[in-house]
Amino acid sequence: MDKYETHESDVLVIGAGGAGLRAAIESSAQGARTALVCKSLLGKAHTVMAEGGIAAALANVDAEDDWRVHFHDTMAGGKMLNNWRMAELHAKEAPDRVYELERWGAVFDRTGDGKILQRAFGGHRYKRLSHVGDRTGLEMIRTLQDKGVHQGIDIYMECTITRLLKDGDRITGAFGYWRESGRYVVFKSKAVVLATGGIGKSYKITSNSWEYTGDGHAMAYEAGAELIDMEFVQFHPTGMVWPPGVRGLLVTEAVRGEGGILRNSKGERFMFKYLPEANKKDFAESDEEARRWVDEVLAGKKPTVRRPPELSTRDNVARSIYTEVKEGRGSPHGGVFLDISYQPAERVKKKLPSMYHQFLELADVDITKEPMEVGPTCHYSMGGVRVDADSGASTVPGLFACGEVSGGMHGGNRLGGNSLSDLVVFGRRAGLGAADYAKSAPSPRPDGREIEEAASIVSAPFDRPDGESPYDIQRDLQTAMSEFVGIFRTEADLEEGLRRIETLKARAKTVGVAEGTRLYNPGWHLALDLKNLLIVSEAIARAALLRKESRGAHSRLDHPKTDSHFGKVNLAVRNVGERMEVRETPLLEMPAELKKVYDEVETPKAVKVP
Amino acid sequence: MPEQRSFRVFRGDAGGGQMKEYTVETGPGMVVLDAVHQIQATQAPDLAVRWNCKAAKCGSCSAEVNGKPKLMCKTRLDDLPADRPVEVRPMRTFPLIKDLVTDVSWNYEVNKKIPPFTPKPNGEWRWMQEDVDRVQEFRKCIECFLCQNVCHVLREHQKQPEFFGPRFFVRLAALEMHPMDAADRLDLTHRQSGVGYCNITKCCTEVCPEDIHITDNAIIPLKERVVDRFYDPVRRLLRKLFRR
Repeated sequence: MDKYETHESDVLVIGAGGAGLRAAIESSAQGARTALVCKSLLGKAHTVMAEGGIAAALANVDAEDDWRVHFHDTMAGGKMLNNWRMAELHAKEAPDRVYELERWGAVFDRTGDGKILQRAFGGHRYKRLSHVGDRTGLEMIRTLQDKGVHQGIDIYMECTITRLLKDGDRITGAFGYWRESGRYVVFKSKAVVLATGGIGKSYKITSNSWEYTGDGHAMAYEAGAELIDMEFVQFHPTGMVWPPGVRGLLVTEAVRGEGGILRNSKGERFMFKYLPEANKKDFAESDEEARRWVDEVLAGKKPTVRRPPELSTRDNVARSIYTEVKEGRGSPHGGVFLDISYQPAERVKKKLPSMYHQFLELADVDITKEPMEVGPTCHYSMGGVRVDADSGASTVPGLFACGEVSGGMHGGNRLGGNSLSDLVVFGRRAGLGAADYAKSAPSPRPDGREIEEAASIVSAPFDRPDGESPYDIQRDLQTAMSEFVGIFRTEADLEEGLRRIETLKARAKTVGVAEGTRLYNPGWHLALDLKNLLIVSEAIARAALLRKESRGAHSRLDHPKTDSHFGKVNLAVRNVGERMEVRETPLLEMPAELKKVYDEVETPKAVKVP
Repeated sequence: MPEQRSFRVFRGDAGGGQMKEYTVETGPGMVVLDAVHQIQATQAPDLAVRWNCKAAKCGSCSAEVNGKPKLMCKTRLDDLPADRPVEVRPMRTFPLIKDLVTDVSWNYEVNKKIPPFTPKPNGEWRWMQEDVDRVQEFRKCIECFLCQNVCHVLREHQKQPEFFGPRFFVRLAALEMHPMDAADRLDLTHRQSGVGYCNITKCCTEVCPEDIHITDNAIIPLKERVVDRFYDPVRRLLRKLFRR
């Protein structure tokens, strides 16, 4: 085989978004020799696209907030499927992580008395999201990047990892290639932290970039780790729908947090009728009440009435928009209208600057004067590698995971703003966990045969110059997943989806590189990503087939109600002898103490508009 | 029938290359990056291009479109003259890797030379929004490096070793103006960053996709601070007398 270079570390972090950077910073601070690899240039990871804010109960704006309420909201939003310990740690530690970002140089928007400002978001009882206009993710990644580069972390950019290497049962490193030269590289490492993000490129309409091909999910699966909650894929309610080139591009939830109103083509504010019975009383019941809430919040007052219905959780808003469009009340380009233009133009430009520019420049829409057109877009994978809450350890020794590639924190549906906080809370913990593990782990000893095998898989598409185009296979997979494994699911559709995935798996084995060499060749890169996309797509479809109920982001038209049996289990996906096994595993039992905390958080009383 | 447009895209690597013609089916609201992706998916699978967010937030897809430094994801076809092919070339200031991809690693090396944010030991972490509006303007930077690409000190005079470039003057200014930062970077600004080479032609400001007023708000204040400390004779004398 071709020669390859080798690098050695105690901890190898794969992925340099918020979670990976935070993990690497922590691991390095613990004295572990830390390497960080990423597919793109540093600072371009998906975190940079996060807009609305980072959720943490700082109680700077609403003094009543504390970790208990945040914990309650997170569990309720996740339909109680969350790993309670993760939700607890997250709610307790998020404030420290936000202040830490500030002490590392992040500059958040301020309250009138000079503290970190917080805004309202769906599913959060209180105004809880620290933010920088609508570019919070950029602020976070730049802060972590600048912290990281001065800490002695070895950073390897534009490098794709294709396989985790094992020594017996234990992780011993990873194999990959340089995107620029196509040359192979082996990272020998005592521990590996996966921070590879999500799976959005399995779907046609997505807010995710090319990087989101489920690499970490698939590599963990192949290495024997367990994935959980894969059936829960979050469709963000508001993506752009026009023009075609930007379809799916994210429209931040902050638009609704700042008072944005959803209307159908008849001008109806339709979210009132889709509020679930269970928490209907938390929301305004009239246009008047909702507008008053916005007026009070804009005036910097404590609201005396309930929140607008647009601040329902993402799963619910996405389904509502989908239903409005399907029933013929959509906007001209197949979405609905989102309107913030009733507010002063200067305020909109100050609080939502990138939305203002995005619509003006890409869609010829001035959002200070007219409504936006929006529709659901595949945004986030709640499912991921099963981890120990405290350390981020997976079920494979030496393998850790944090951020979107890990599962459990968000249960059946993630609340907006809980992702950025997840990244720093569990990035730090996985960095600690991995560094600690590495202290007593043996020196890494990758097996030459395994490296050779990994190399031959990577070079195989070059042996098939007349092979199928990877772009065609990816497009067909995206179509199949969007059509058959989308927002609303049925047994027949899911089975059809799985049949198509089987066909695509066979086609993917014939994929070839038609043109070019190993030098920066995107066609070849995509050919190698297909395997990961197919593994995560199959896991989503199989888990979705097994969960015969509707809960959170998983909606089965043939099983429209929640089923108490499925409320007690997570579905776990494992690789058993080259076959994908999905099985029910019992939820972790919440301790009585924490149950009490959950129950004691009162639901707000109905307030009538006088 | 969908409309068509012709493109001329640079194809090649460090060893040389040429412009290659492609025909692209266009649609409403299409941007240059959409066209590049279409060429990739249907005609040239190995066409190298960097991109991530497609929403002008990551700063990956910088290139020269019809000779102008642009983010391809933000450059609409209907804003470009229809009577001639759209020309897409890589950024010229950085070494070419392949097609539209250049080696921008030098920028990351410069960043390492700038001492990181260093908080005051005992300050109170409270400040008014007005106090950080300027710093937030600088922190909007998405590191597309278009300002570096267009700056003549780098582009024409190749002063890379001794000139940090507009991107890093913005970074220096963001740190210098942070209300809680305690580090002193003025000596570095004066002796290493080469800020004196900038003769305020504002080319960087013109191409900034984030509309950061690089020259007026970052570079000129930095120059003023350097002059204040190192060249003002009265202040120098006063400093000596009062040992400030």
